[in-house]
Amino acid sequence: MEVFQADIAIVGGGGAALRAAIAAAEANPRLAIALVSKVYPMRSHTVAAEGGSAAVTLEEDSLENHFHDTVAGGDWLCDQDAVEYFVEHCLEEMVQLEHWGCPWSRRPDGRVNVRAFGGMKIERTWFAADMTGFHMLHTLFQTSMKYPSIRRFDEHFVCDLFVDEGRVQGVLAIEVATGEFRLIRSHAVVIATGGAGRVFRQNTNGGIVTGDGMALAYRHGVPLRDMEFVQYHPTCMPGPGLLFTEACRGEGGILVNKDGYRYLQDYGLGPPDPWPRKKAMELGPRDRLSQAFWHEQRKGRTIPTIHGDAVHLDLRHLGRAKLTERLPQICELAERFLGIDPAEAPIPVRPAVHYTMGGIPTDVGAATPIPGLFAAGECASSGIHGANRLGSNSLAELCVFGKVAGEQAARFAAGAGEAGNGVALRWQAQDAREEALRLLERPSGGERLAQIRDGMAKAMEQGCGIYRLAGELEGTCRTLAELKGRWVALGLQDRSRAWNTEWLTAIELGFQLDVAEAMAHSALARRESRGAHQRLDPGCLERDDARFLKHTLAWRVHAGAPRIGWSDVVITRSPPGTRAYGAAGEAAEAAEATGK
Amino acid sequence: MPAMPDTSTHGAASGASPAPGAAPERIEIQVLRYAPGGGAPATQSWTIPWTRDMSVLQALQYIKDHLDGSLTFRWSCRMAICGSCGMMVNGVPRLGCETFLRDLAPGPVRLEALAHFPIERDLVVDAEDFIGKLAKIKPYIVPKEPRGLDEGTYFQTPEELARYESFSHCINCMLCYAACPQYGLDPKFLGPGATALLHRYNCDSRDGAREERMDLVHSEEGVWSCTAVGYCSEVCPKAVDPASAVNQNKTASALDWFARFLPGRK
Repeated sequence: MEVFQADIAIVGGGGAALRAAIAAAEANPRLAIALVSKVYPMRSHTVAAEGGSAAVTLEEDSLENHFHDTVAGGDWLCDQDAVEYFVEHCLEEMVQLEHWGCPWSRRPDGRVNVRAFGGMKIERTWFAADMTGFHMLHTLFQTSMKYPSIRRFDEHFVCDLFVDEGRVQGVLAIEVATGEFRLIRSHAVVIATGGAGRVFRQNTNGGIVTGDGMALAYRHGVPLRDMEFVQYHPTCMPGPGLLFTEACRGEGGILVNKDGYRYLQDYGLGPPDPWPRKKAMELGPRDRLSQAFWHEQRKGRTIPTIHGDAVHLDLRHLGRAKLTERLPQICELAERFLGIDPAEAPIPVRPAVHYTMGGIPTDVGAATPIPGLFAAGECASSGIHGANRLGSNSLAELCVFGKVAGEQAARFAAGAGEAGNGVALRWQAQDAREEALRLLERPSGGERLAQIRDGMAKAMEQGCGIYRLAGELEGTCRTLAELKGRWVALGLQDRSRAWNTEWLTAIELGFQLDVAEAMAHSALARRESRGAHQRLDPGCLERDDARFLKHTLAWRVHAGAPRIGWSDVVITRSPPGTRAYGAAGEAAEAAEATGK
Repeated sequence: MPAMPDTSTHGAASGASPAPGAAPERIEIQVLRYAPGGGAPATQSWTIPWTRDMSVLQALQYIKDHLDGSLTFRWSCRMAICGSCGMMVNGVPRLGCETFLRDLAPGPVRLEALAHFPIERDLVVDAEDFIGKLAKIKPYIVPKEPRGLDEGTYFQTPEELARYESFSHCINCMLCYAACPQYGLDPKFLGPGATALLHRYNCDSRDGAREERMDLVHSEEGVWSCTAVGYCSEVCPKAVDPASAVNQNKTASALDWFARFLPGRK
């Protein structure tokens, strides 16, 4: 087995991974950095983020506003020390991207423009038309080519992580083109592998978003945190689930039901002003909007399509010129995929799974519980999203905490001393290699992996949807346990080593089943409703701070259900308050101000 | 019940149910297959059920899920932005995810790996040459006037942004290379996509490395190899217009050459 000695191994190739690699290279140019990604970095799913990235920019905005929007948006499950660090560092990261060439949309005077997003008091979303993630990713990828100390292992699939002598020691990767194994030894590892939305059926995610990094950490004893909080984005394409950015509504788009009625006013988000009022109606937070859809559907006020029910996202009043300037990709998607011209007709949309708020627990230094192991981006539970992420906080997060992860990994690697026990490590690597190869040796004629994958996605949608019930969650947990048993017996048709995507997909499916179990069991244990986790069982309908102002922790148990525990939420200056939007939100804010 | 009623299925082959009693429509998908050590490339075909909203990518996913797990292709975002799923569709370079069977019916649909690249397996080509070209053009800002983070952003008017913005839309899907006859003849040619990206940085008001990049433009592998066919721009899924980038650089390269004879220029 080929061995590569690095100082830092970064797993992933998206925004967080690239930002970490650049930060580490700048912090200490003498360190060898291995960037190990299962796809070429510019294929990573950061590419699909559309609307924008948050940073306090305008005179009338403040860090306090961004802090409060984020903490209230997260229904007070955010770690407030992490949110404080985050909001303080967003602006310099956006400026840094600008210096690196990101083509941010501009105002006539040459300054960067900002737009409004859901749950946001003052406009603070930096954007590059509606291809923001694409431009951020390509800017970071291209900038990373300046640094000779970053050695890329493109199209290398990481199948295991090594922990020995109480700290991380490296990763094992499969070169996709040949099927050969590479042991990448390192003093520090940064996991930046993105989310896990593909465990659900209708989702906005690319095929690669399979929770690999979460599962790797989980299998090495790290508990996954707050996994029940899965974000449904309210405006997605029925069927494939492709995303129509929140910026559609930030620019003034409205949502109407089958009667042409702006139904959000019925769900505590009104009044329905004709103009976009911030933190109200279509600019409410994602969890509330997706929940409103569910209720409209139950009332029979949605619009049937061949892919299930939908509502209409109406952009016609914005006019063709504005649509072309601000939302070109949305127009292209609507036209090419649905044959709809958004300047002429409304777009049918419905909620689909978009984002995993939970993940690998990290502190403000991006450190996980394993010494030398860091995590950043969607795979991490940095504590800034709580029970519901605000739109445009995730692109900012991958820069802010990607940089922290890179710098901290560099510091750790430089001070780590002697490399670990090479003999022990090689044995571990041999074992991991053989385990991965065993998948190829199973008798053919076993079950097809697509059947197991579809069973998982269906079970997750049934039990872990927008609203949840104990009985259905228990059913999902049982199905997942059964599917894990079937995964062991699955049969592959492809026995070759070179470019065997069936084999790699089977390994990914193993990761996904672990992550899905953590989600379902965490959801079952949280007997309250908060943010994106809404229960319909008696006694669970409201937020219950007395019992559940806690992070959920799911530990993996060999051949059994995950063990669930709890940890404290860091509250620095915002005690749990009323989470309200629209006129009710403004009244609550005013009352709070006079109360002070 | 909490779960939302829905008729679609996961991944591939989602679509309308056929009318009761009617057999679903079927279409023939032919794929040029190749495996290392498996002999010369050969065509294999499958006839599959399809619906009007199904893409070529979904057809491939259907085959991989239900008929042949060894069929190999790259894909990810499904929405024409990650650039993974470029392939020849009936001889034309296209993205599989945004090419719909309804536009290819009644078929057969013939799929091959992108032209002009070595095939690694089935529809997967070796992209290393292209990735190397990207690195070669210095695809990053070399600041004309370095600026500290505490000094804030550079000023760039919408007009200045417009000078390079469309060239920054390249998703690196390599369709333009598969369309380029010159790249097919001589892979040393820098080619359309990388030239467009080079042009993007040269036109950026923040950048000061035009001179360095122009050495590559003037060189043997630079723009002068282009025979002005323009097919690259026709196949570009993002309207980047690499042909225009190449042509503008021919003009710039010629002007640079003549400028050497002007008094006062070194």
